[in-house]
Amino acid sequence: MESIYLLIPLALVLLALIVAIFLWAIKSGQFDDMDGPAYQILKDDEIKKDK
Amino acid sequence: MTIADKHTCFHCGLDVSKDVDLSVIINNQPRPMCCAGCQAVAQAIVDAGRADFYQQREGFSPTGQDVVPEFLKQLHAYDHPDIQKQFVVQTGEHDKEASLILEGIVCAACIWLNEQYIAALPGVVEVRINYSTHRAFVRWDDTQIKLSQILEAISHIGYKAHPYDVAQQQELFEKNRQQSLRRLGLSIALGMQIMVLALALYTGDWWGIEPSIKQLFHEISLALTIPILLFCATPFWKSAWRDIKHRQLGMDVPISLGLIVSFSGSVYSTWQEQGAVYFDSISMFVTFILAVRYFELMARKKTAESTESLLSLRPNMATKITNQGEEVVAVTELEVGDKVLILAGEAVPTDGLITEGKSRTDESLLTGESRALTKDVNDTLIGGSMNLDSPLQMEVTHIGQDTVLSAILNLLDRAQSEKPKISQLADRIATRFVSVIVLLAIAVGWYYGIYIDNWSSTHWIGIVVAVLVVTCPCALSLATPAAMTIASGRLSQIGLLIRTKRALETLSQANYFAFDKTGTLTQGELQLDGVSVCQNIEKEQALAIATALEKSSEHPIAQAFLNNPSKASQSMVVTNIENQVGAGLSARIDGQRWYLGNTDYIAAQTDLVLSDKVSQLLESDQLQAATVVCLANAQKAYAIFLLQDKIRAGAKALINDLQAAGKQIVLLSGDHKISAHTIAKQLGIAKQQVYAELKPEDKLSQLKKLQQQNAIVAMVGDGINDAPVLAGAQVSIAMGNGTQLAAASADMVLLNSDLEQLRTGIGITQKTMRIIKQNLIWALTYNVVAVPLAVMGYVEPWLAAIGMSLSSLLVVLNALRLRRAK
Repeated sequence: MESIYLLIPLALVLLALIVAIFLWAIKSGQFDDMDGPAYQILKDDEIKKDK
Repeated sequence: MTIADKHTCFHCGLDVSKDVDLSVIINNQPRPMCCAGCQAVAQAIVDAGRADFYQQREGFSPTGQDVVPEFLKQLHAYDHPDIQKQFVVQTGEHDKEASLILEGIVCAACIWLNEQYIAALPGVVEVRINYSTHRAFVRWDDTQIKLSQILEAISHIGYKAHPYDVAQQQELFEKNRQQSLRRLGLSIALGMQIMVLALALYTGDWWGIEPSIKQLFHEISLALTIPILLFCATPFWKSAWRDIKHRQLGMDVPISLGLIVSFSGSVYSTWQEQGAVYFDSISMFVTFILAVRYFELMARKKTAESTESLLSLRPNMATKITNQGEEVVAVTELEVGDKVLILAGEAVPTDGLITEGKSRTDESLLTGESRALTKDVNDTLIGGSMNLDSPLQMEVTHIGQDTVLSAILNLLDRAQSEKPKISQLADRIATRFVSVIVLLAIAVGWYYGIYIDNWSSTHWIGIVVAVLVVTCPCALSLATPAAMTIASGRLSQIGLLIRTKRALETLSQANYFAFDKTGTLTQGELQLDGVSVCQNIEKEQALAIATALEKSSEHPIAQAFLNNPSKASQSMVVTNIENQVGAGLSARIDGQRWYLGNTDYIAAQTDLVLSDKVSQLLESDQLQAATVVCLANAQKAYAIFLLQDKIRAGAKALINDLQAAGKQIVLLSGDHKISAHTIAKQLGIAKQQVYAELKPEDKLSQLKKLQQQNAIVAMVGDGINDAPVLAGAQVSIAMGNGTQLAAASADMVLLNSDLEQLRTGIGITQKTMRIIKQNLIWALTYNVVAVPLAVMGYVEPWLAAIGMSLSSLLVVLNALRLRRAK
């Protein structure tokens, strides 16, 4: 059972990491457009520049 | 190619008239186009190599007929540094960034088309379009391309772009939304961890667990709960505190009390190393409520956005006259006392007094009728009205919130925030309920503490928390808003925009439906079908005179004449124009005063009685929906014009449906009796319910008569002379093709003017009311049953949390049924 004294803190560290990543995601606008990426997958042509 | 292809425009879906023969070769097949506008747009799309657009799109594009050259002229002003500093950010030596709003987006394919097309323009560095909000973010190299060129290019493929002025309100909302999301996310993360530990504890309760481990888990759960209460639950504390200060107890009060009591109890238990802890309930409780509120926030924002675009009555730019000459500035920069120049065809930027010039203006935003008012020096001008004839110079008297337009919009705003009666009742019940619950919880706690346990155990905490949580009237408060929000969204989907909250409820209760004829039941596109001359006058001459007279009118009748103006009419000099709302107009040509209008108007102006002649004509010709207009001078009647209009596709089906449901149908028309009756017959409206030859005031008094008989009247009109009736009816629907004031003063706007959609919409409102009632019954039943159970101690706190969550969830799920409502 002693392993639990390692595992719990480890879990908490992982949790802190997840929360940090989540906060970064909000800041960088990952949650601003929930519909777009679904459509963007379908169309990824190269952008041809008109000269 | 099927037969259908020949008659509908491949680009916008409108009918192609028989004498138009335009086409574009798309993907190796020639496709018909209805006008030069659509042809130009389709060609531009093909030339850019984006013909795939037509295969991917989910609906027809906006018609190219609307791409107005005046809009393009204004674009150059967007390059002006003073204007740019409001919404363009300089990010590098040459680079600039701006956000744009795109209009005309129909589906994802449109967005794709815009992204590809803009990105391909030389000088554009980056473009990103948000699929949900239709806002485009563009970065470009200012030395290679100008903003106006980008906007122009967008118009080439048939869309309109305006710069997006990031108003303070929007920024605030974004900050708010992000903060809500942070709270929700943190609560979920911590909550999940607490639940993992809780699962172990539950198992331990069953199979046995070492006390030291149990204590450890309790302590960790406590530590994890603290951030939840300090950060995630802050909205509850703030709102509860505000409620207590104002002595208006809302839902957040019992929620906060429940959280405090359960947390204190759990802390005590952890400290004493015995007793129950409720950290799992607390975290799940907070998480659930935050989640529901976040989604509600997003749904509300979406409906608000769709009505925002309707009210873009204000122009963005004005021409200021300074000592150095003329300068184009943003309207927001004008100050009282500034002098501005308003050219013919431009909108007046703000309220002011004329200092030079004489012209006529269109103040339809106040009168609902495009009555051209003559304005001279020292007359007042209203911001938002249109200057028609000649340039005017004006001195600014009011800006911003002081203008007439702002006052009107404020009034409308207030009307919009009124809740439906049934929701107000629910709110009142919820408030009383909360005070009762709090008192009950205190009483129960006291009882158990003193009489049953004598304060020896923490049992009473569990009971109190259970009472507080399980009786929380969340379901009751959610019952109406959940359904309303989803219903509004569904209705916007079919093009029926709700502007006042009461509208939905009232529409479902309406028992009388009043329709305007021209423009509502009919398409409003009149065509000249026949001319009958009475005196010694050539048909062409009569037509020319009538056309010249109609030049100053925007009524659909005028359009019928102005479609093919003859040379003779264009060279006529028309003076002293007098326009009478919904009746006719008169003017002087070559020294002779002419009158053009319906038989009532002519009779009033000239004492000539024409109704018999007109009736004869209509009966003999068996015309479908003819509108009759007569030309006369003071002495004699010269000609009678017959104008044809088509009945809208969905009209008959809508009226049949309404009648089958037992609703009364009334037709209110300003047109001749016989045309009104002809339409009524074709649509199945009873003869005694047809009121014809009505002036706008008459329409309103007819409406009031019905209301006095306790009828709940729903009025459907297109606003050109319906504005007072639309305002007077209990619920009103404006056709999308009507005037802007009508749209702004009606309760709902039917964007695509499709009566078929109105039919669907009415069905949806009825379903919504049914679902609201179901929700309310469920919420009340749940609370009534749960309270005695909780008081008697049968409910554990975790059960209470689940019960409360489930009841709210059920209400929301029931409301979600509206998403697919037909």
